[in-house]
Amino acid sequence: MDILSIVTQLGSGMLSTLSIFFLTLLFSLPLGLLVCFGRMSNWRPFRKLSKDSSSGKLVSGLANFRPVQWLIKIYISIMRGTPLMLQLFVVFYAPYYVFGISINSSFRFYAVLIGFSLNYAAYFAEIYRSGIQSIPVGQYEASSVLGYSRAQTFCKIIFPQMVKRVVPAVTNEVITLVKDTSLAFAIAYQEMFTTAKQIAAAETSIMPLFVAGVFYYIFNFVVAFVMERVEKKLDYYQ
Amino acid sequence: MKLLEIEHLKKSFGSLEVLQDISLSVEEGEVVSILGPSGSGKSTLLRCATLLETMDGGKLAYCGDCICENNAYGQSVYVSKKERQRIQSRFGLVFQNFNLFPHYSVLKNLTDAPIHVQKRNKEEVYAEAMELLKKMGLQDKADYYPCQLSGGQQQRVAIARALAMNPQMLFFDEPTSALDPELTVEILRVLRQLAEEKMTMVIVTHEIDFARHVSDRVIFMDGGRIVEQGRPEEIIDHPSNDRTRAFLQKIQR
Repeated sequence: MDILSIVTQLGSGMLSTLSIFFLTLLFSLPLGLLVCFGRMSNWRPFRKLSKDSSSGKLVSGLANFRPVQWLIKIYISIMRGTPLMLQLFVVFYAPYYVFGISINSSFRFYAVLIGFSLNYAAYFAEIYRSGIQSIPVGQYEASSVLGYSRAQTFCKIIFPQMVKRVVPAVTNEVITLVKDTSLAFAIAYQEMFTTAKQIAAAETSIMPLFVAGVFYYIFNFVVAFVMERVEKKLDYYQ
Repeated sequence: MKLLEIEHLKKSFGSLEVLQDISLSVEEGEVVSILGPSGSGKSTLLRCATLLETMDGGKLAYCGDCICENNAYGQSVYVSKKERQRIQSRFGLVFQNFNLFPHYSVLKNLTDAPIHVQKRNKEEVYAEAMELLKKMGLQDKADYYPCQLSGGQQQRVAIARALAMNPQMLFFDEPTSALDPELTVEILRVLRQLAEEKMTMVIVTHEIDFARHVSDRVIFMDGGRIVEQGRPEEIIDHPSNDRTRAFLQKIQR
């Protein structure tokens, strides 16, 4: 089997891989920002409690309880602490085994997207948080004295500086995502790696897997190139 | 007219009382220098006045408009956010380490808040900003980014940014402490010029000579209190308080 026919056979799988990649980024990059806000939320609904009583440990603990931050912390720790493959299984099988909803095979694609987006949003959220927290407090103070509202301060002053700071870390994560798309084979979604494995088994040849490897490498080469350009573009200030 | 009034300001961080019962008022056109050893509460006083810290007790008012006042328990109660925002545009603050927005050009640093916070006319704001840059000797730097400027130039941009909001008074928090002596002179010249134009200013500084020659009044702080205040020649040349004397001797050596 020559390389050209392997490439044509892998073609549709490559398209699936690309669509997983781009759609996951499309959802997880903004979702990560939302998760990041939750992670940094200081909302304390029981704060008033500590005011009236000279408060025991339990009361002051409750007064300092930040429910949103707490929930998001649990979410992030699960997303980071368990294998992505396992998360894909859960997303794919849960509708049937937990809720008794019958699923058809087109759900595979959505399950992959949901699983990937939820997982990557958790990582992006932590990257964003590191970016936001690295911005000097003086930027907030200058904004406050100039009368910017909280929303303006974030959108105009903090967010653009955060983006510049997180690009290298995000690049890392995006490159990992390219390779992670191959995990979709776990729930038998036909992306490129799944196809490559099938051809390899049928033809008893390692060639298809090698071609797949080259594809991932070239893909990541392009990603790295593009992200470097982005970094350069943001280089106009320090 | 009294531009700034502070009465019985109290501020603690945890159990540490940083400011104990500070009262201070500033008249229109007055230049006030605040001196004192580090940890004496000078910066905290400025931060309370510019709403970067909330006061625990006492009253704060600009041109008679209250920002906070004591309630029956002697705790400061602030006016609504909207009212605060309205009064906030009456003063500006220049920081020790400039705090310019690094991702904005010099011109945008000056114009963004007047356009998007004060909602003023764009052309008018740009024209005024260019005028200010000219005054600061930076007219050719409008399109530069802060990182391309020297410390002294950055601080002049920061002063111009504060002035672009058309404040009635300016606060300076050790504006020359991050600069070397040569650049310090540059900033002091600008401050002197502002003083001549009768800009109301409150300056926390360690530059004794500058305080002596430019300010109308010098305040000496120590341990969270105003120890002594008066005309610069009285306070700096003939201090009546031992702590003031000791401090001045130390730094004038």
